[in-house]
Amino acid sequence: MRSHRNNRLWTIPVLVAVLCLTAAACGSSSKKAAPAASSTTVPPTFPAGTTMADIQARGKIKVGIKYDQPGVGLRNPTNNSFEGFDVDIARLMAIGIFGGTMDTIDSKIEFIEAVSANREPFLQNGNVDIVVASYTINDTRKQVVDFAGPYLLAHEDILVKTADSSIKSVGDLNGKKVCSVAGSTSEKNVVAKAPQVQLTSFDVYSKCAEGLTDGRVVAVVTDGPILAGFVAKSNGEFKLVNAPFSDEPYGIGLKKGDDVFRAFLNDRLEKIEADGQWAKAFQATLGKLGLAVPTPPAIDRYGTVGASSTTTSSSSTTSTTVKTAPATTTAPVAEPTTLPAEETTTTPTTTP
Amino acid sequence: MRARRASSTSLLGDELGPRGRRRVAGATVVSLVVIAAVVFVAAMRFADHGQFRAALWRPLTQWSIVRFLLGGFVDTLKAAAVGMVLAMVIGAVMALARLAGHRAVRWPAVAYVEFFRAVPLLLLIFFIFVGPPTWDVHPSVFQALVGGLAIYNGAVLGEIFRAGILSLDRGQGEAASAIGLTHRQAMTFVILPQAARRMAPAIVSQLITLLKDTALGVIITFDDALRRADNIGTFYNNRLQAFLFVALCYIAVNLVLSRISHRLEVQQRRLGAAPIDVVGVDDLAVMSISATADE
Amino acid sequence: MQIVFDNLGGFGDAMVVTIELTLMSFAVAFFIGVLVAGFRVSPVPPLRLVGTFWVETLRNTPVIVLMFLFFFGLTKVGVKYSAFTSAVIVLSAYTSTFVAETVTAGINAVAKGQAEAGRALGLTFPQLLGLVVLPQALRTVVAPLGSVFIALIKNSSIAGFFTVAEIFGFAIRLNQENERPIPIFAGAAVAYLILSLPTGWVVGLIERRVAIKR
Repeated sequence: MRSHRNNRLWTIPVLVAVLCLTAAACGSSSKKAAPAASSTTVPPTFPAGTTMADIQARGKIKVGIKYDQPGVGLRNPTNNSFEGFDVDIARLMAIGIFGGTMDTIDSKIEFIEAVSANREPFLQNGNVDIVVASYTINDTRKQVVDFAGPYLLAHEDILVKTADSSIKSVGDLNGKKVCSVAGSTSEKNVVAKAPQVQLTSFDVYSKCAEGLTDGRVVAVVTDGPILAGFVAKSNGEFKLVNAPFSDEPYGIGLKKGDDVFRAFLNDRLEKIEADGQWAKAFQATLGKLGLAVPTPPAIDRYGTVGASSTTTSSSSTTSTTVKTAPATTTAPVAEPTTLPAEETTTTPTTTP
Repeated sequence: MRARRASSTSLLGDELGPRGRRRVAGATVVSLVVIAAVVFVAAMRFADHGQFRAALWRPLTQWSIVRFLLGGFVDTLKAAAVGMVLAMVIGAVMALARLAGHRAVRWPAVAYVEFFRAVPLLLLIFFIFVGPPTWDVHPSVFQALVGGLAIYNGAVLGEIFRAGILSLDRGQGEAASAIGLTHRQAMTFVILPQAARRMAPAIVSQLITLLKDTALGVIITFDDALRRADNIGTFYNNRLQAFLFVALCYIAVNLVLSRISHRLEVQQRRLGAAPIDVVGVDDLAVMSISATADE
Repeated sequence: MQIVFDNLGGFGDAMVVTIELTLMSFAVAFFIGVLVAGFRVSPVPPLRLVGTFWVETLRNTPVIVLMFLFFFGLTKVGVKYSAFTSAVIVLSAYTSTFVAETVTAGINAVAKGQAEAGRALGLTFPQLLGLVVLPQALRTVVAPLGSVFIALIKNSSIAGFFTVAEIFGFAIRLNQENERPIPIFAGAAVAYLILSLPTGWVVGLIERRVAIKR
């Protein structure tokens, strides 16, 4: 009798294990099998010891992105795929290491969700190699991580319900319930510009958008491109106030002190900006939301020889001197690029 | 006359007379009406807000989306499995330490158990994720979650193991030494096997708690079913449906586990063992009372 | 550790919020839990069904899933409460299941003779429950209820993730501004210890006072 009962009990864990294995097996088969590379891009070789060589040897690059920002960084649950401007920039960077095309490069990328508060820890930990997640460059962050880029100049704006016409600028937010995300520059900026604001902070912006729908808050404050994505998804329920304040240069975050990697990423950015791939990526993602393709901002190679003029953000954090990294002695990866000719940055026009 | 189930009159002690039966019948009707009214109002509320629209429910019927969610469950199960194994190891160590002779071994174990059972698990998980980087140790999301689960549940399991060993009749240990077994032999062949059988329902019960606690990982962005449900909810604007689905999955799994635990407990009681007295453990609060009725 | 001492006022306010959250949730949970326990042992089948359904669904779902469901999901049908109120509602619903389980076991532990004597006196079921069984049952379950209360103190930390300014939420915000996780979260742990250890002693005291001397 006793053995009969024990026999039956063993089937349960076996069933559970079988369920897991089938779910896992089915899950893994959802990834599109990468066909033989139809492109002619040959992966370059990198000097031994550089981060690029390590990533190449590893076979995958770990990229921190946002999972819930339409147009910028979004995970599509239908096929576990990723889309957005940040995602395409990451793909273009990965192509610079592995070769391949935009269709096939995903097999070499491991995307990881990097919510705003985790971006620096993940880079410091080595959980990710780069972070392309609406990551604003500022001096405070430069103390713990490095930035390549900027690859886009955004501005903070305000998202409200379409019917709401009481909020015209950031000053109107005083005394109002506003939502932002913990660890973002928008959080600090809105408090600086509207000190009586009643701020709610979640861990991701999609929760803020929910809060706006539900009426828990009357406005969401963050970068224009992110808000544009939510406007597009809202079917007319939301609109942008279109009173931009503060500059938000988006950069690719990487581990602090890795100047060779930073130079590589900067060179790659310049290349894709010059040959039209940058504009193509913008058009395919943010462009679809109605934003006009802007001119890419000038790359800021701070701390190294031949730095271009910087576009610093006007965040209210205490500005400290940026530690200049010592010039590295390893051979540069790509041929040295010339200073970009133009230094003007145009603000992207946003259509609500 | 249809025989009534014993449990329906277990409290009353005897069959109801005609008046009692009428009252119960009346109460049955009234309560059914009230329940139907509540369900109806809830359904109307749902419908008024358009939450029955097919567009909101259809994504959850598509296999690709469901597979996406279940993939998150696989991560949950992985974390739970590793966490449980580690917790059992820690628990065994703590239990043996608390039963040891030397104070120097006992007191740290007592301190460990008392401390980690008084601190919220959420705090522990979050701390393991953000604290160690100060000392240049960088745990991943998975490691922080599993570490927190193992440390906390290790403390609880330590108490369960200790209670299990203590619940054995002293006679067993005495008989073992009477026939000449060493302390180690007695533990291995006599005490631990019996204690293990007695602790089985409590251990399964703790596994349920551990499985539920893995959901706390979303706070440090663990990519489990809950976080994926949030993702789906953002994508298709059907947060309510997605979260209901995840809740149903958890309920299903945990119901199965609690049936197992209950079956084990009934089996133990039939063998004559008293349920182990582990006062102060969250889900086991009820087991400390010697229940007499089989539900 | 300086950061903790600099913010003692903030920690104190956060502890008050935690206490409020816990007390309110436990009061509601106790009320619902005793009611549901009554349902579960009642002779009226639909009530038994409701009781079982309540306990089995809410107990087997992680409390954070319930919070998401209530705070972000049910708002879609117009159920919208502040973060604090939502936390109280969810925590009381979740905790009520443990109260119900505990009280049910307590009811079942009351000697059968008591119920039979009550029936012999002609008491109806509600009178039996209210005048004879529950008073004895509740005195038996003080210790487990105490541990449910301490578990609630710990579960209240969930509210911090949903913007309530209780101990855990306060520690997170403080850490964001100051980046000193070890002293800050150690301070938070101490705050919880300050709340739960005395509670344990008080529960022990109460248990000894109301214990039924058999």
